[in-house]
Amino acid sequence: MANADRQVPPPWNVVGPHGVFPEARHDEVARFNFLTNLNIHLASQILPGVRKAYDSRVEKGSAPANRREVGELLKREPLYQLWSSLRRNTMEMRQQNSRAMVFRQLPELVDKARQLNEGSSTLQLDSSVKIPRYVSAVDIHCMPGGYHTEYCEEDVAAGANYDSGIFVTTAGMLGRFSDGGGQALVEWLREQMEAGFRPRRILDIGCTVGHNIVPLAQAFPETEIVAIDVAAPMLRYANARAKSLGVNNITFRQENAEAIDAEDGSFDLIITCMFLHETSSRALPRILAETHRLLADGGKVVHIEQPQFTDDMPPYEQFMRDWDTRNNNEPFWGTLHDLDLFEAMEQAGFDRDRVTTCGLFAVVDEELFPSAAKAAADSEDYGRKPAWHAYIASK
Amino acid sequence: MTLDPINMAGTKARGKRPSYFQDVDVDRLMSILMAVAGELAVTRERMDTLERLLAAKGLVAREEIEHFTPDSDAARERGLWHQDYIARILRVIQQEIEQFDEDHQAKQQAKEENVSTTTELDELIEELASS
Repeated sequence: MANADRQVPPPWNVVGPHGVFPEARHDEVARFNFLTNLNIHLASQILPGVRKAYDSRVEKGSAPANRREVGELLKREPLYQLWSSLRRNTMEMRQQNSRAMVFRQLPELVDKARQLNEGSSTLQLDSSVKIPRYVSAVDIHCMPGGYHTEYCEEDVAAGANYDSGIFVTTAGMLGRFSDGGGQALVEWLREQMEAGFRPRRILDIGCTVGHNIVPLAQAFPETEIVAIDVAAPMLRYANARAKSLGVNNITFRQENAEAIDAEDGSFDLIITCMFLHETSSRALPRILAETHRLLADGGKVVHIEQPQFTDDMPPYEQFMRDWDTRNNNEPFWGTLHDLDLFEAMEQAGFDRDRVTTCGLFAVVDEELFPSAAKAAADSEDYGRKPAWHAYIASK
Repeated sequence: MTLDPINMAGTKARGKRPSYFQDVDVDRLMSILMAVAGELAVTRERMDTLERLLAAKGLVAREEIEHFTPDSDAARERGLWHQDYIARILRVIQQEIEQFDEDHQAKQQAKEENVSTTTELDELIEELASS
């Protein structure tokens, strides 16, 4: 094959800088470029081989009936062992590489964030907020220290680390500011507005660095937005990031999603973006009940997640999509994707007939970034491609 | 808390690490090998930067290397280099995958030409040696 046919991802240099983004040295950029291409190689070259190995075992008489049995079969397959080990290593290396970059300049990053956050009324921290078990039990995504660990006064390290590595894991598919999900929500909301839905107050639950909510704030500057998270280093970083991008209509608040300090019916639009799968069976009903309580009549709740594991989904695909549960420290991922979310939302008070689902793709600048919507259907990198299911409940 | 970036970069994430191979020594070796592979890629990219700068200006300042950003053509060439490099070091896996096609072809050939399906060398040695 001629090299001209090869898809090359954008280099990490094109990640959009902002006021608290870590400065990358030459070799730090090169490390991210290597990992981005390695992730693409694993998905496009090695994963199809795992499928061949699986099919070959099925041809020889194995007949796994569910994803647990697929796992039993593949656990003994050397090619799966290799792919799985390599994928785990790319996650660990991505963490090591960005932490090395962040910690060498942490005092400067903390200073930059402090200056941007000084006297800011849109950053509201509350040290009495306890870190829930589902956040602290293991470090999600193999991020050492998780979202919440603080290494110094006014720390922003976890935010800077998270922000600088998203590009690598998604091979650039989330765009310049890793905000392809937020941009997709902007497109969705523009369509809704044409149909007469015009939210004035928006709530984003589990906002991390604010990358999914900033595009909405920019596109709809007249809206008043509250973005909550339990992790202070994320919120400090998110507020400074938003400020430096010229956004002033988001208030970042340290809150537990299970008991949010806001009036009943005080939001017209409530969003969670790849958040529910990082909670627990105990917390989920409480969070969904909070969204019902806080939503105004005529309002909408949008949850963005990867597709559910339904009976229509073949066991092999279910097993692959469940990989992150055990191998990327996402202990609630599989449980969430087995749930009937329609039922869960009904139990939280929503009318089942008013809950719908639709597909969403990351919206990116296609001159520079690969488009998930236009990517070949066989380029699936189970759980990594920014192609989501949105669950939308109206009240 | 003293901040030691070298140690802190490599901190373990809370949560037991799964093992992927029958022998955990293989897991450990794989992690070391991939880190080394990555560092070689990084060195190659740095050399590429140096060469481009040298060619363009005839001298190299350290700051220039730190702030070098590839234009879109260079970025593409470098991306291709990464792909070439990764394919080279992971050759053994490519060949393991191609074995599936070889098996299918051998089966097909066995049917058409009435020969053995094997591509095992030991078996072929025996087959070719037998009269």
